[in-house]
Amino acid sequence: MTQIERHTFDVVVIGAGGAGLRAAIEARLQGRRTAIVCKSLFGKAHTVMAEGGAAAAMGNVNPNDNWQVHFRDTMRGGKFLNHWRMAELHAKEAPDRVWELETYGALFDRTKDGKISQRNFGGHEYPRLAHVGDRTGLEMIRTLQQKIVSLQQEDQREYGDAESMVKVFAECTVTDLLKDGDRIAGAVGYLRENGTFVVFEAPTVILATGGIGKSFKVTSNSWEYTGDGHALAMKAGASLLNMEFVQFHPTGMVWPPSVKGILVTESVRGDGGILKNSEDKRFMFDYVPAVFRKQYAETPEEADRWYEDPQNNRRPPELLPRDEVARAINSEVKAGRGSPAGGVFLDIASRLPAEAIRKKLPSMYHQFKELADVDITAEPMEVGPTCHYVMGGIEVDPDTAAAVVPGLFAAGECSGGMHGSNRLGGNSLSDLLVFGRRAGAGASAYIDSLGTARPTVSDRDVEEARRAAEAPFDGDGGENPYTIHSDLQQTMNDLVGIIRKREEMEEALAKLEDLKSRAKRISVAGDKIFNPGWHLALDLTNMLIVSECIARSALIREESRGGHTRDDFPAMSPEWRKVNLVCRPEDEGVRIDQQPLPVMPPELLSLFERDELNKYMTDEELAILPEGNA
Amino acid sequence: MSYNARFKVWRGDDRDGELEDFRVEVNDGEVVLDIIHRLQATQTPDLAVRWNCKAGKCGSCSAEINGRPRLMCMTRMSTFAEDEVVSVTPLRTFPVIKDLVTDVSFNYQKALEVPAFAPPADLALGEYRMQQVDVERSQEFRKCIECFLCQDTCHVIRDHEENKEAFAGPRFFIRLAELDMHPLDTRDRKREAQSQHGLGMCNITKCCTEVCPEHIKITDNAIIPMKERVVDTQYDPLVWLGSKIPRRSASAANKALEQGDLAQAELHARDRLRSKPTDPAALLALADSLRGQGRFDEAAKATRTLVDNAGRSRGARLDALTAHVFALLFGIEAGQLSLDRHEDEVAATLQDAQRLASTGTVLAGAHALHHLVHGRLAEAAQHAREAIQWDVDRPRRADDLVTLSEALAGLGQEEESASALREARSLWPDNPRLRTAQDTVRDMGVAAT
Repeated sequence: MTQIERHTFDVVVIGAGGAGLRAAIEARLQGRRTAIVCKSLFGKAHTVMAEGGAAAAMGNVNPNDNWQVHFRDTMRGGKFLNHWRMAELHAKEAPDRVWELETYGALFDRTKDGKISQRNFGGHEYPRLAHVGDRTGLEMIRTLQQKIVSLQQEDQREYGDAESMVKVFAECTVTDLLKDGDRIAGAVGYLRENGTFVVFEAPTVILATGGIGKSFKVTSNSWEYTGDGHALAMKAGASLLNMEFVQFHPTGMVWPPSVKGILVTESVRGDGGILKNSEDKRFMFDYVPAVFRKQYAETPEEADRWYEDPQNNRRPPELLPRDEVARAINSEVKAGRGSPAGGVFLDIASRLPAEAIRKKLPSMYHQFKELADVDITAEPMEVGPTCHYVMGGIEVDPDTAAAVVPGLFAAGECSGGMHGSNRLGGNSLSDLLVFGRRAGAGASAYIDSLGTARPTVSDRDVEEARRAAEAPFDGDGGENPYTIHSDLQQTMNDLVGIIRKREEMEEALAKLEDLKSRAKRISVAGDKIFNPGWHLALDLTNMLIVSECIARSALIREESRGGHTRDDFPAMSPEWRKVNLVCRPEDEGVRIDQQPLPVMPPELLSLFERDELNKYMTDEELAILPEGNA
Repeated sequence: MSYNARFKVWRGDDRDGELEDFRVEVNDGEVVLDIIHRLQATQTPDLAVRWNCKAGKCGSCSAEINGRPRLMCMTRMSTFAEDEVVSVTPLRTFPVIKDLVTDVSFNYQKALEVPAFAPPADLALGEYRMQQVDVERSQEFRKCIECFLCQDTCHVIRDHEENKEAFAGPRFFIRLAELDMHPLDTRDRKREAQSQHGLGMCNITKCCTEVCPEHIKITDNAIIPMKERVVDTQYDPLVWLGSKIPRRSASAANKALEQGDLAQAELHARDRLRSKPTDPAALLALADSLRGQGRFDEAAKATRTLVDNAGRSRGARLDALTAHVFALLFGIEAGQLSLDRHEDEVAATLQDAQRLASTGTVLAGAHALHHLVHGRLAEAAQHAREAIQWDVDRPRRADDLVTLSEALAGLGQEEESASALREARSLWPDNPRLRTAQDTVRDMGVAAT
C-alpha cells in the first residue's frame, strides 16, 4: 500500500497567492497552527501577474476619495449584482490592508509628500490604485511571502522551530476535502516531488485557489488556474455563485501566437494609450453606453485634455469598464476592421515620448521587447480579449468568508459575490487582502466555537481519495489528458466565450457530457513523481466541473450584464438583477437554483442618485425607494 | 512558418539520467517553453518542467539552454538557427528532482536566514513617509522574480557544495541591499551581510548580473556598495579614536590620538590647519581631540567647518554630519551650548544625516541624545538601546551607554542605569561625559560604583 503522510493543523490554507497568504498570516497571528498548501513553489502564485495596483480609498492623491465613493464605483462596475456587504467591507477596509503591507516591507511608489501614490484606473472615479510601476502583484506576493518568513523567524526564536506555527507545503496538490458528518475534517493531497500522499487533519480549510481561466483557450491565466477551489468546494457540498460571469480582459496580446492571451495592463490606456482599428479610427467613442455618457468624453480633443486636467474634462472612452472595451473590440474585429492577427491596435507609441513610455510602463516595454520583439515605443501593439478573471465563485458569508459547509472558508478569486457581474481593475488585489484576512479570522473564530469537539478524519475517505487520484494509472491506451484539455478549451472558447447564445451553449453542454465520459477513460504514463500528465488528468476533473457550472448558469441567465453577454438577450434586465444563480452538486452533475440577491440597506442605497438606480431596478423596487433617493 | 528542430533534453532523476534526442515542430514566434510543452503533449507526457506565468514574471521555468542559465519562456526560438541543436538541461547548482525540475530549497533556507524588515516601532498604519527617490534604490532589487538563475550561475556555489552553508548568494545579497537601503529599516544589514551571509566570498565577477532576466544590476548596485560600506564601518575596535581618520592621511595628530595624547593631537591638528584650513582629516582630528578633552563647543566649531567642506561623497558627508550633530548635542548636554540657539542646527544636521544614512541605527545614538536634551526620557532610552545593539565602535558604544544610563536614571530604573554606566566607564574611563553623567545619576540617588 502507498505510504501516506499525516499532519495535524488548526487551519489549512489551500493556495499561496495574495488571499491565501493574507489568510495564513491572520490565522497565525490569532495563534492557529497553519498549513499553506500550494501547487507551485512558494512565491510563484498568479498574483505576481497583477500589474495595475491595489484599489484603496486612501485619498492620497485626491482628498475627495473615501470608502463611499469606492463602494459606489464597485457596485456600478458590478452592475449592481455585487453582494452589497462584501463591497462595503472591501471599500472600508482596503486602506488599512494596503498600509499594513508597508509595515511588512512593501515599497509602493510615492507621492511628492511621501505618501503612497495612487493611479487612475478604469471605473474608479479618483486615482485610487496603490502601485509599484507595473509590477504591483509581484510586490504584493513578495511582501506577504516575506511576512510569512518573518513570522517563521519569530517562531524559530520562540519555539526553536521555524515551522512550528506556519508550514508551507509547496508543490503539493490537494485532490479532495475530507468531512466528518457535515463538517470539514481536513484535506488529502500529494507531494509532487515524490508522489507521497498527504493527509491534513484540520477542522478548517480556507480555499484560496484563484480562478478558472485554463478552461478557455485564450487566457491570461497560468496553468494553476484550473478551478480547484471551486471544484473542491462543490465536491464537499458547498455552493457556487454567479458562475456565468467571466471577465475577458479587453487587451491581451494576440501576437506572437505563443504568448496569445498574456495581458497588456490597463495602465497603458490610463497613461494615454488609445485603441484604433485597421482604418486608423479611434473607435471607442462609438461604444459609450448610455449609462456612462455623463462621465466620458465625446471628442478626442476633450479626452486628450483629461490626462492633464481631469477636474475639468471627462474621461477618455478607452477607460470604460473592461466588458465594454472587450465587447467593442470584438465588434470591430467581427466587422472586419481588425488587425492582421485578429485584434485591434493599441497605440501608445505615437502618444508619448519613448523615454516616458519606458519610465511609466517598464515591465510592459520589457515584456513586449523580450517576448515578441515588439518595441511599444515605436509601434502599436496588437491586442484582443482574453479570459482573465472569474467573478463567480464559492458562496460565502461576507463577514467571516465562511462557505455553507461548516469549517470551509474561501477568499479571493475563488469566492463569489464581491464583484457582482464585473470586477473593476485594482479591486482584485484589495479583495485578496480584505477577505484573506477575514477568512483567517473567520476560521479562527470557528475553531473557538468548536471547543474540544474536533472533527476526525475517516481512513476510508482517505483511501477512497487516494484511489480516485491514482485511477489514471490503471490500464493504458486510454484517452490523452492533453487532448481532452485542448478540446475543452476550444469548446469553452468557441461556445461559452465572450459573446454567448442559446444554441451554442446547448451544444457546449452536450460536448461537456462527452468530455466528462472521455475523462473517465484517461490513462497516463510514467510514475507519480512530478508527472505533468497525471497532474493534468487530476486538474481536468476540476475544469470540467467548473466549465459545466459556467455553461449551465450562462444558459439560464437571459440578459446581458457585465461579464455575461448574450447575443440573443442583449439588454440588461432589472428582473434578472434581483437573482443570483447558485450551482450545487447533484449526482454526476450540477444543479442551478435561482436565489434572491441580498437587498442593499437604505443608507447605502442613498449613496446613489435615483437617475442611476432607474437603470438597474424594477418599477416595484423604485416605487418603494427610501427618501434619500427621492 | 514551421520547421522541425533538433532538441536534446536532459531526462532523469537524482540518481541517473541522460540527454534524450527529439525532433519537434517549431512555429513562428515560439519560445523554448512552447517546444517543451509540445514534447509533453505529443511525445513525452511525463516530462517534468516547472512553469507558471509564461510571461517572464514568476521565475519558475529556469533551466540551462545550450549551457546558459535562462528562463525558457523568455528564450525565443528565433535566436537559434534552424539547423542548430538546442540542449535543455536542469540548473546545475541544485539537485535534480526529475528531468528539468530541481530542488531549490537551498534558496528558501537562505531566505529564512535574512532577518525580516525591521520598521520603527512607533509608526502607525498610514504614517509611513518616504520620498520616491529614496525608495527607488530598493525598488530595483524588489523587481527580483526569484528565478534563482543568479544563484545557479554563481561560481562560489556552482560545483562548490561546500560553500553553500556559509554563502547566501546574489539573490540574498540584493535582498540585504534592499533592506539596507530601505528608508525605514532599522538594522545594520552591511555588517550582517559580511558576517552572516558570506558577502566576502563574492569576488565580483558579475556573472549574476549577466544572467538576471530583470536586468537588476546585482553587482554594481547591491554587492559593491555593500562591500564598500562594510570596509568603511568595520575596523579594529581597539584603535578607537584614530580610526575615524582615513589611513592615507595619517598625520602627526592622528598618531597622537592613537596614543591617547589629546593635547598633543590638538597641537598637531591646529598646525596642519594653519597651512590648510579645510583639511578634513585635520578637522576631524581636532574635533576628536577637543571632544576628548570635554571642550564640546570648540569641537562643534571644527565639525561645522568639516560639514561645510565635506564635498559630495556620501560616506564623507555622513561622517561629517554625524560628528557635528554629536558635538552639538554633547555641548548642549554639558551646558556649553544653548539648546534654544542650536536646536534648529541640530535638527537640520540630524535630518541631513538621516537622509544619507541607509539605516536608522546609524544615527540611533544621536536621536537618543537629542531626545535626552529635550527631556524625553523614554524615547531617549529606546533609541539608545537600539543604538547599543549595533555599536561596535568603542567610544560610540561608551557614549550611547552614558546616554542610556542618564535616561534610565531619570526614569527611575536605577539598577539598569548603574550597570550601563559601569560598562560605559570600562569601555572609556576618560570620557569627559562621565563626570556629568555620574553627577546626574548620583542626583537621582543611584550608587554609581
